[in-house]
Amino acid sequence: MKRLFPWAVLLVFASVPLWLNDPYLLNAFITTGVFIVAAMSLNLLLGYTGQLSLGHVAFFGIGAYTSALVSLGFDVELLFGIRVVHEPWPVWSGFIIGTLVAGLFGYLVGKLSFRVRDAYFVIVSISFAEVTRLVALNWVELTQGPLALTSIPPLTLGLPGIGYFDFYSKQSNYYLVLGVLVISYVIISRLVKSRIGRAMVALKENESLAVSVGIDVTRYLVLAAVISAGMAGAAGSLYAHYLKIIDPDVFLFLYTITMVIMVVTGGKGTLAGPIVGGLIFGFIPVIARSFAAPEVQWILYGAFMILILFVLPQGIVPAIEKWFGVSNEADEARQNTPSSAKTQDAS
Amino acid sequence: MLDISDLVCRYGKVEAVKGISLSVKEGQFVVLIGANGAGKSTTLRSISGVLPPASGRMMFEGEDITRCSARDILARGIAHCPEGRRVFPAMTVDENLDMGAYLRADRGEIESDRERIFTMFPRLAERRAQVAGTLSGGEQQMLAISRAIMAKPKLIMFDEPSLGLAPNIVEQVFEIIEDIRKSGTTVLMVEQNAYSALQMCDYAYLIEAGNIVLSGTGDDLIDNEHIRKAYLGG
Repeated sequence: MKRLFPWAVLLVFASVPLWLNDPYLLNAFITTGVFIVAAMSLNLLLGYTGQLSLGHVAFFGIGAYTSALVSLGFDVELLFGIRVVHEPWPVWSGFIIGTLVAGLFGYLVGKLSFRVRDAYFVIVSISFAEVTRLVALNWVELTQGPLALTSIPPLTLGLPGIGYFDFYSKQSNYYLVLGVLVISYVIISRLVKSRIGRAMVALKENESLAVSVGIDVTRYLVLAAVISAGMAGAAGSLYAHYLKIIDPDVFLFLYTITMVIMVVTGGKGTLAGPIVGGLIFGFIPVIARSFAAPEVQWILYGAFMILILFVLPQGIVPAIEKWFGVSNEADEARQNTPSSAKTQDAS
Repeated sequence: MLDISDLVCRYGKVEAVKGISLSVKEGQFVVLIGANGAGKSTTLRSISGVLPPASGRMMFEGEDITRCSARDILARGIAHCPEGRRVFPAMTVDENLDMGAYLRADRGEIESDRERIFTMFPRLAERRAQVAGTLSGGEQQMLAISRAIMAKPKLIMFDEPSLGLAPNIVEQVFEIIEDIRKSGTTVLMVEQNAYSALQMCDYAYLIEAGNIVLSGTGDDLIDNEHIRKAYLGG
């Protein structure tokens, strides 16, 4: 039963485009799906290593811009008159390069800030996101600045001789996002159940003890940052090729907050948490729109978030698991044990 | 086996250890005694690589380990059982033991070591699927010791293993440490409970304010006037 549940959920979501013809709702599903992938990537850092990235949108935006630029091509003059001309490449390569470039920036930010981590990582990540936004806004030659990158081509898959398929329609984009979401889910679940995942949880619980059992803390944190940033970049790339237009607003702090809300309300450090939290907070605006004025929508959004955190401080998924006794005894006790029950530091 | 010379450790500007030299021979049971804040725990943290030393030299089995990482030092065979019964509270007993064997690749032997630990500590065997945070203080200390054993060390360092435990449990913990030593593992222990520690050990060092002020066999130190007055209550 427990094993079949994820497949049943997947089946339900796979059937959505078959019966849902409302393009507005389908659009809501697609953008929500994109943000769920981003939230899942954030959860890897926040939920499993305990490091809060408040600039996660930077990786999302870098993935979006890189992917868009690779597929659009650009012609930029750098310092000392060096001119870089890039002819448009196939869109799928943009997706891959966007993911890799975002991962690379995850590596740099991680390397820089994980020697000190915690509060410093939060600050470095916020500043990094702000810097990327300013670059996107002001490097007009490359990014068109506030004029936005337009006519971004849809993602295309295919092999010469077999034929091409482009993700132009909403239905096809829905399946594309669902596919990436499933792959991300599998990657994260494999990772956290592996030796690496156990090391990440260990260093979140008690860092100095983790060091003393031989875990290289910085290495695992950087690894988590790279995977997390790459995944956020992949989500950004999907977003760019779906919307076909991308502007510096993609770096807004609000998007990071949205991801954090999705993770925390759903249940950080759980596999399903970002999905549940993502669906709820992706659809609150959609549902509230039908009966509330725009200002009231945001009030409802905030009120609902406070309500969840007040009633279910661990998040929705852990609460449901407890309610139905789905989790085994150990998992249950895990949630009852505050990880802040660290013993005092030795002098 | 372990030779330390002129070890200096700092926390920021504060010098906690001010040039300590000590040595531990293979098979020996060595203790460091001293008051709170004398620098005992700092010395152990430095040996295990958690706190890199400011200066000095540490040799283990003839090789310089002064600049080695914690991971490297553990891999060479020095395990650290830190102060305050440190366990991973949200992991099960089994998972905590797995973490102890984190650097080992010999799966078969890991399992036999695990079984050996469970025969040593039947309480832990009963609770192997329980999360460590819900164990009693004594059980957590047993688990912390077991986790250090799981690293299969040549030298095992205990930091205040009796801290905060009920007297009958303290006795049990000391017996276990004696057993570990009898099984051939070299032991370096920091302990405030000076009398018991001196009775158990082969050799002891007294640390005061970051310096070693006395050393000798356990019996020598028990008879020492200064130690009697300051640490054994007359």
